[in-house]
Amino acid sequence: MTRLEMTGALVGRTVERVEDAGLLTGRGRYIDDLPVRRDTAHMAILRSPHGHAGIRAIDTTAARALPGVFAVMTGEDVARLTRSMTVGVKANVECWPIARDRVRYVGEPVALVVAENRYVAEDALDLIDVDYETFNAVVDPEKALAADAPVLHPSLGSNLINERTFRYGNPEAALAEAAHRISIRIAYPRNSCTPIETYGVIAEYEPGEDAYDVTANFQGPFSIHAVISRALNVPGNRMRLRTPPDSGGSFGIKQGVFPYVILAAVAARVSGRPVKWIEDRLEHLTASVSATNRVTTLEAAVAADGRITALSWDQLEDCGAHLRAPEPATLYRMHGNMTGAYAIENVAIRNRVVLTNKTPTGLNRGFGGPQIYFALERLIHKIADELGLDRLDVIRRNLVPANAFPYRTATGGLLDSGDYQTALDRACAEGGLEALRQRRDAARAEGRLYGIGYAAVVEPSVSNMGYITTLLTPEERAKAGPKNGAQAVATVAIDPLGSVNVKVASVPQGQGHRTVLAQVVAERLGLAMEAVRVNTELDTARDAWSIASGNYASRFAPAVAGAAALAADRIRSKLATIAAGQLNITADRIDFRAGKLVDRDNPDNAVSFGRVAAASHWAPSTLPEGTGQTIRETVFWTPDQLQAPTAADGINSSLCHGFIFDFCGVEIDRATGQISIDRYVTMHDCGRILHPGMVDGQVRGGFAQAVGAALYEEYAYGGDGSFLTGTLADYLIPTVMETPEPLILHHETPSPFTPLGAKGVGEGNCMSTPVCIANAVADALGVEDIRLPLSPSRVSEWLYGEERPRTAPQNAAPVATGASGERMLTGSGSAEVTATRQSVWAMLLDPNTLKAIIPGAHEVRKVSDTHFRAEVTLGIGPVKGRYRADIRLSDMVEPEAVTLSGGTEGALGSGCGTGRVTLTETATGTRIDYRYEAAIGGKVASVGGRLLDGAARVVIGQFFQALARHAGGGGPPSAAAGLIQRLVALFRRRR
Amino acid sequence: MPRLNAARKHTIDFTLNGKAVSAEAENRMLLSDLLRHEIGLTGTHVGCEHGVCGACTVQIDGKPARACLTLAQQVRGSDVRTVEALAPDPAVLSPLQAAFRRHHGLQCGFCTPGILMSLDALLREQPDAGREDIREHLSGHLCRCTGYATIVEAALAAAEEQRKEETPNA
Repeated sequence: MTRLEMTGALVGRTVERVEDAGLLTGRGRYIDDLPVRRDTAHMAILRSPHGHAGIRAIDTTAARALPGVFAVMTGEDVARLTRSMTVGVKANVECWPIARDRVRYVGEPVALVVAENRYVAEDALDLIDVDYETFNAVVDPEKALAADAPVLHPSLGSNLINERTFRYGNPEAALAEAAHRISIRIAYPRNSCTPIETYGVIAEYEPGEDAYDVTANFQGPFSIHAVISRALNVPGNRMRLRTPPDSGGSFGIKQGVFPYVILAAVAARVSGRPVKWIEDRLEHLTASVSATNRVTTLEAAVAADGRITALSWDQLEDCGAHLRAPEPATLYRMHGNMTGAYAIENVAIRNRVVLTNKTPTGLNRGFGGPQIYFALERLIHKIADELGLDRLDVIRRNLVPANAFPYRTATGGLLDSGDYQTALDRACAEGGLEALRQRRDAARAEGRLYGIGYAAVVEPSVSNMGYITTLLTPEERAKAGPKNGAQAVATVAIDPLGSVNVKVASVPQGQGHRTVLAQVVAERLGLAMEAVRVNTELDTARDAWSIASGNYASRFAPAVAGAAALAADRIRSKLATIAAGQLNITADRIDFRAGKLVDRDNPDNAVSFGRVAAASHWAPSTLPEGTGQTIRETVFWTPDQLQAPTAADGINSSLCHGFIFDFCGVEIDRATGQISIDRYVTMHDCGRILHPGMVDGQVRGGFAQAVGAALYEEYAYGGDGSFLTGTLADYLIPTVMETPEPLILHHETPSPFTPLGAKGVGEGNCMSTPVCIANAVADALGVEDIRLPLSPSRVSEWLYGEERPRTAPQNAAPVATGASGERMLTGSGSAEVTATRQSVWAMLLDPNTLKAIIPGAHEVRKVSDTHFRAEVTLGIGPVKGRYRADIRLSDMVEPEAVTLSGGTEGALGSGCGTGRVTLTETATGTRIDYRYEAAIGGKVASVGGRLLDGAARVVIGQFFQALARHAGGGGPPSAAAGLIQRLVALFRRRR
Repeated sequence: MPRLNAARKHTIDFTLNGKAVSAEAENRMLLSDLLRHEIGLTGTHVGCEHGVCGACTVQIDGKPARACLTLAQQVRGSDVRTVEALAPDPAVLSPLQAAFRRHHGLQCGFCTPGILMSLDALLREQPDAGREDIREHLSGHLCRCTGYATIVEAALAAAEEQRKEETPNA
């Protein structure tokens, strides 16, 4: 570290950030803060309440008629002006940003409203009437492959959208010859690093030029710009995409704003005015993007000493309802480093991508790393346990040797630099592993549950833009042409007063790029940081950029900052030539120091930076022959090491490979199942450190998100596709109370492949920490099948077995929470009324009567003789919601019997059911018998089953009570009261 | 409180960052929307609109409050303070803000204004606040970037500095 803190050096110092003064005083300029044209309208989106349903019809008449509404659009309206978004695999499937004939996940856009403000736009959403036909949903990736699974995309024939197998070395032989074959199966859950600022888009359309101009808090990669342009059916130069100066976090997620860029752009075109859309949190959690969930079986061929000779991966990746660009990249991002930090020569991989009724996935911090390392590092623990070896020894024995770098992995990755053994040994010594072991032993001696976990991972950074083509066969790739590289771009410009501007296509979301770039460029030009001003906004119509532009794959420090250094060096070299002429020395004697260009051998012989730098503006003819201009230098930099996949499917998927070794101690409360992280040590080799404070900030931030992923966070779905974690009260993000402070250590081995020697550091703990904690929990409990998140209820199951049903059976209809995730209710009853059969029959068919007797009904509309629509407000416990009910009559035997079937849906959930009503003549009037079965799904179903069951019975009971009251109308009050009491008694008995 | 009519806007008179303000708003308008989109003070951020994330925290009559859970009409006659009022001068940071910069207590800065408003109120009401007090007040806020440690350090440093300033002879 001392090397980096040399006097005068700026790079490597923890300087204060230039970004902070504005952000701390409320002067940040995030997308929702930007000024907009006075005629800007606001968009709101109607979203599917169903996981899987057909759209029979959408009635937008009432919404259009609402004052203040400028436009209402359905999927068909959008489709008329756009094309399906490009899908990254060869498959007969379309991918639209809004549903057309079918919804495939809860939250999928169904209609758009553009109105004078968001309040009115949301009012209009309530007036849109969608007629759905619900289908069975599938949310489990393995079940989605079953022969009888509901198929999301009929054109595809099944839910399997891509499958490839790979073979490197001779894995079959290694497995056959191995002393031991040890395997593990894991299911990694869905989660999201969900930023605090949601998506935002401001779109304009210029009909005279058929051109769109969109500002969005998009983060890249700008390869997506091509997807947007194609979808909007315009050349790239007519799809101007800009980013705001500030962005409130992303962690990959804001890549997923692009379908909304398309929707807002079309909305602007249709409504004839700029359209602004700011996503709300419920939309964000339900329908932005998340990491993939993945089911993995990993088998290792292991020698008696624990040395691994082969790995065989079987990965089933769940990308949700649509394969949206750049997916299935999550599955392939790690392809070059599927052997982790280990030297393993033989690898077999089977990769399958499946679609389910969940939100489409996308970029998320760690991108593919958490999924593979959870399997690999759990397996390492298991190998040690099964062979009776020390876990740390098994890790050590398999690490890539320090003298092997750059090391070519079996799958084609090129590990740039490292000394994994030393880093690991330093972590154990400086992190106090021995003391932690004693702490564990002492805790266990007292009967406490305490465990230690380890994880060793390679953190890839600077993605090869060609890695995704690994999923094509070599023949398909040959036909399509090679894809590779990772163009980084930076511009250094000097203004007429000699001050320096830096422009990069990096789109930061809080990482402090402006500060680091000022450090890098100022140091090279011998200036104070203040003399350099950095702009990181991106405008595709004005700036230098390429498909790799943006902020993802931890590419800033290794690639973008490196490109800025190269641009500064170009200017520096020219300025040195100019100054050499003025100082009458050779250029190699020029030093850049304290705002001056100085003769190294005679410091008095100097000229000010401003004077030399401005010469290109004011007196270009004075420049030496061949110098060219010094006004602006733009460098595009792409590393040679990032080549297209080889004919043998080898792929160097990333340029840099940092190393992380973590260990931790956790204690589990035996009574509650609560896990507390007692100590966490994380050792990083991220190459040369440019700003120690920011590097540690990245480590801590990634670590906190990983603690969330390990212990709290999951995008949970009911079996019917209902989304159960749609608020921040359900999706639990760690607060300060749940976030321990890790001990952060560094071991620097500069990357030989990057201009500054830096590697990425932003994502590593999202890869290493979940499995490190899981390993510690496995150590504490002796449980192999560790699933995340490690909630107290899940841990309690491991401690005490599954929660048993109450021993005394409840005197109630059986309540089953079926595999579907819905709550099933059944019941029956009867009532005697004085009216005739014919008049009771007529009541059941009359909307006015129905309005009077359906509990909470505001309106009942007769669609046809056998079809009614009702608007009802129902309160279940504390949860009051407005629902839309659809009731159909069938199997009608007038006036004896009728089947009522119907569904209801609202923001909080949905229900459907059927009831058979029979009418029998009696001496005094009519007896009404009914039996029903109903299913309730959605958020409300997860709120509290017992409460819900009771409430549903009361509501159904109220309906028949009211019917009976209506039918017995005119009778003596006492008789009516008696009837109600009888009915209530009846209900109690039936429960 | 006067009787409000949902069909029209009503005038809201209140004090905002020390100055009298008169604004027009529908009954249903949130305070966060009034501040940001009607008055144009965009320093108060909106992260969840259901009161969990804390990004929208402002001070109403000196107490931290969620602007996203407050109707604009509720601040009639109140004294509302937002992040824009913390710095003594546009070019000078308050001690708390300066501590955040020094300790890298922010990355993207989106949650920061709300956190500053909570901690500012804490340090005013409880000048001797220690680590646990700070953590407790901070636990009403979600930050996705920093992992919180640097925020706690910044707040501790600001509290320490404030105590030194108040007892110059100690």
